[in-house]
Amino acid sequence: MTFVVVVIALAAGWELVKLLGGDGFPGWTPPFQWQIASDLNMPHVWDIAAAFVEPAQRNGPPLGFVLANAAVFTFREAFGGFVFGAGLGLALAIVFVHSPLLERALVPYVVASQTVPIIAIAPMVVIWLQAGWLSVAVISAYLTFFPVTIAGVRGLRSPDPRAMELMRSYAAPTRDVLLKVRLPAAAPYLFAAFKIAATASVVGAIIGELPSGIREGLGGAILNFNQFYVSGPPKLWAAIIVAALVGISFFAAVRVAEVVMLRGRVAVAES
Amino acid sequence: MSEAVVRFRAVDKVFGSGADATKALDRIDLEIPKRAFVSLIGPSGCGKSTLLRLIGDLTRPNAGTIEVNGKSAHRARLDRDYGMVFQSPVLFDWRTVMRNVELPLEMSAIPKRARATRAQEMLALVELTGFERRYPWQLSGGMQQRVAIARALSFEPAILLMDEPFGALDEMTRERLNLELLRIWQQTGTTIVFVTHSIPEAVFLSTHVAVMSARPGRILDVIAVDLPQPRNDLTREDERYFGFITRVRERLRGGDAARPRAVEVAAS
Repeated sequence: MTFVVVVIALAAGWELVKLLGGDGFPGWTPPFQWQIASDLNMPHVWDIAAAFVEPAQRNGPPLGFVLANAAVFTFREAFGGFVFGAGLGLALAIVFVHSPLLERALVPYVVASQTVPIIAIAPMVVIWLQAGWLSVAVISAYLTFFPVTIAGVRGLRSPDPRAMELMRSYAAPTRDVLLKVRLPAAAPYLFAAFKIAATASVVGAIIGELPSGIREGLGGAILNFNQFYVSGPPKLWAAIIVAALVGISFFAAVRVAEVVMLRGRVAVAES
Repeated sequence: MSEAVVRFRAVDKVFGSGADATKALDRIDLEIPKRAFVSLIGPSGCGKSTLLRLIGDLTRPNAGTIEVNGKSAHRARLDRDYGMVFQSPVLFDWRTVMRNVELPLEMSAIPKRARATRAQEMLALVELTGFERRYPWQLSGGMQQRVAIARALSFEPAILLMDEPFGALDEMTRERLNLELLRIWQQTGTTIVFVTHSIPEAVFLSTHVAVMSARPGRILDVIAVDLPQPRNDLTREDERYFGFITRVRERLRGGDAARPRAVEVAAS
């Protein structure tokens, strides 16, 4: 509900800016001349909406259809990246929590990995793995594992020290401590990270498509509409909206999983 | 003598090292008879919790030996001889009351059905039948602590180690739980080692009160509380009950002359 209100408010604000400083229309000369508010830079909301139903190319299917297909394609890559990234991130967190030595040795490199721009890494991954779904997912995973590792380490260490002593008094094996105490305690932390990872994985997938030369996804569409921006500005905006929708949907899906998995817990009951 | 469940011989515990080292416990000799209810009482920092943790092998002594059921404390822990109850209930909020009580049983090869039955029995013992499906945060503090006791007893440990289990509860809840604990102790025949700050609580519950001094932690005296069993609300009005309270209090106040002494095995 609030989501719809915000979207309407955004569209209204957008049009207000155009009304005050845009190109105007017959019978109305805006009081200001803002270059950014021109029809080229900020197409009208209704033009963007109309772009969805108009053919993307001459005699082709409507743009909305093309973008929907691209969205599904990109989502698949992003989902793959999310799964790889979350898996790797959690595995690293589990290793670090159990081995202070490995933690000290590897954490600097994990942090350093995030300072290297993805744009530099992506072409190399494409060379190693060849252009395709897998390389895009790996590039996406590169962006998603980090928040999961950081939150995972924090969450796996979050149990009350007394809880750990309790498990010790049962002579519980490490595996049981992990499965019955550490992981359940880490779950709220992990879901927070999964939400970040879900949106980051979409960004990663879109960026990963560029050096791979994949044209079927949203990355390809954005690149394409970017090149021909002058001839049809609303198309790029439409692609951006679809990319945002993919990210929002993924985020929402993780949120639903969170509510289901953490039901009965205090934190969820309160929110 | 052979009836002792816990036997400390000249046990030292030191925290830190070098110039920062503090002696938490100094030459502790202690014997806890089977089926006894022993309270450890003393000022803050006298090492009573440390002593409890030494019995449970959650920390190791720097000198001396600790025997539990005729084996090392470490072996006893691996054999799951200990049930632990802390001041906070330490329940897992993602598990229902029932599954919290089942937790220690999950680590032995007990079939699922038997686990559930056992957990039901334990919940009945602490009078929480009907709360199986609730989550810990839906219960009051006293009920949570009863769940913790049920969990600690679920695998029938030889010794129940309780570290100020009722310290965070209000006086009325505390008195009710004291009575319940005595009933459970009578029914199960477990040996209980109980850390507390409260002199009346120690006297009311215990067969033996070990009075400790601080820095370094020593056992000043072990007072055998031979008030009649089973104890009940009338016990708290017994003149001899007040006599024991006075004795413990005086021991706590002017204790520095006393030497450590072993528990005399009392007929209980």
